[in-house]
Amino acid sequence: MSDATPAFAPLPRLRLTPAFLIGATLVGLHVVVGLLTLIWTPYDPTAMTGGRLAPPSLAHWAGTDRLGRDLFTEIMIGARIALSVGIGAVAIAAAIGVTVGLLAAFASRAVDDVLAATLDILIAFPTLLLAMLIVAASDGASLGTAILAIGIAASSIVARLTRILARRVLAMDYITAARVSGTGWLGIVRIHVLPNIWPTLIVNFALQFGLAVIAEASLSYLGLGAPPPNASWGRLLQEAQATVYTAPFGAIAPGIALVSLVIGLNLFADGLRDVADPTRRRR
Amino acid sequence: MADLLTIENLTIRHVGRPLVSDVSLSVAAGERVGLIGESGSGKSLTALAAIGLLPDGMTASGSIRLSDREVIGSADRDVAGLRGTAVATIFQEPLTALDPLMRIGKQIAEAVRRRAHRDGRSVDVQAEVLGLMVRVALPDPARLARAYPHEMSGGQRQRAAIAMALACRPSLLIADEPTTALDVTTQAEVLTLLETLVREENMGLLFISHDLPVVGTAVDRVVVLRAGEMVEQGPIAEVFGRPRHPYTLGLVEAARAFDQAIGAAL
Ligand SMILES: Nc1ncnc2c1ncn2[C@@H]1O[C@H](COP(=O)(O)OP(=O)(O)OP(=O)(O)O)[C@@H](O)[C@H]1O
Ligand SMILES: [Mg+2]
Repeated sequence: MSDATPAFAPLPRLRLTPAFLIGATLVGLHVVVGLLTLIWTPYDPTAMTGGRLAPPSLAHWAGTDRLGRDLFTEIMIGARIALSVGIGAVAIAAAIGVTVGLLAAFASRAVDDVLAATLDILIAFPTLLLAMLIVAASDGASLGTAILAIGIAASSIVARLTRILARRVLAMDYITAARVSGTGWLGIVRIHVLPNIWPTLIVNFALQFGLAVIAEASLSYLGLGAPPPNASWGRLLQEAQATVYTAPFGAIAPGIALVSLVIGLNLFADGLRDVADPTRRRR
Repeated sequence: MADLLTIENLTIRHVGRPLVSDVSLSVAAGERVGLIGESGSGKSLTALAAIGLLPDGMTASGSIRLSDREVIGSADRDVAGLRGTAVATIFQEPLTALDPLMRIGKQIAEAVRRRAHRDGRSVDVQAEVLGLMVRVALPDPARLARAYPHEMSGGQRQRAAIAMALACRPSLLIADEPTTALDVTTQAEVLTLLETLVREENMGLLFISHDLPVVGTAVDRVVVLRAGEMVEQGPIAEVFGRPRHPYTLGLVEAARAFDQAIGAAL
């Protein structure tokens, strides 16, 4: 067969799968709600605006908590907290993880072995335990310590993934070809390694984002997250626990918020991979 | 005339075990040298050693001079200066030789830009890329430049890889089984292209292959490797006409038998 006739269609357009659209919508909804709380909430989150533990009504879409505060307002603020934790933790994890992972991938055998072993130990350490230690070591729980703790815990996973992905790319002939033609290490990272590993990394970041949201909810549930009034969903869940039989919606509503964000992030992640990786686009 | 590449008594070891022993060969400007041998005989390792890119954990001893500079024992940054001006490579599997996530035009442009930067020239990168694509006979360059490697045929990919090597304007081209992954017709086309370009640019060529007929048409001199050892070398007609070593004889007879079988079938 001759290769004289080009056997390819015009470049494919991006494929927006239903899963990606649902994911983007869910995440987008949380982002809009989170941003909205900066300028407007239905009620003052600290004000008692109704009867205690009232069921959902037109005035209080998610009912009220045990102090009579509007639960929907608190859940909206929770979205803002969850998103800031996710963004902060993923930024920290990405900065530390990608740097360490790339260093390990380029390092000599001996350095790489040490780094790989260290990462394996760190990864074996439960995220929540590590986060609790960091929160405990700092002077009091705050949103900042939670973000830092979760970010550091996640960075070891990002580092290991980066190292594996980068190693695979570095073994390719086009890397040798680039080196033969005199490209330096930084050039290779910028031109070849990062573009090739980022589709997988971005998916992992989105997954880590979801895990960070869950981790923060868990920390808050344990009383190690941000203190009120900027309560996170974890704290709402914890407060609702005592009254879960009499007022189940206090637990259900923040639960729905948490799950919908995490599911949205996961669907969004898969869609992103297709966008970032041209070899996965269908014609 | 000064040799572009001179390898003397090259031995490559991996945890003490020799993978290549006592290999010597040289390539002069405009000369085309074949390196042949069965799979695993150490052809690729010899080529990698020549450009100072042996895999981790391998050590080379002996002497390798690339453009009159010693490669063995030099710091990577000294050798790096030679790469991209003195030598360029083309690999066996064009799919892994091209970055899967970068458009072809951009990959060739990187090579063009790097070379121009080294020479301190300013070039019209776009025009030069299209020019190179025309030279390697890629059809519809303006459109193909926007294609990703997986959207091209094997032959087109290998042509693109050759264009990238050409962009480096090397004095020595190392081609490691550049046609093995291609079907016979495409193989012949790519070989002809390589031959023409090497002659036009007066490049030296180190052509690695296990395929006797392919080597026979592409080179002037040949070095035969077996299990990491050099068993024979000399002008192509001499080695293949009167093979001295039983291994070479075996190769030649196998090729002849194949030709006869083809002839009988036709
Ligand atoms: N990274 C490596 N680590 C250890 N051994 C290796 C490595 N790369 C190659 N070898 C060994 O070195 C020997 C020579 O390998 P080389 O790749 O040079 O063979 P080749 O002649 O190019 O074969 P082919 O025709 O299949 O490409 C083989 O026995 C192989 O197993
Ligand atoms: Mg080989």
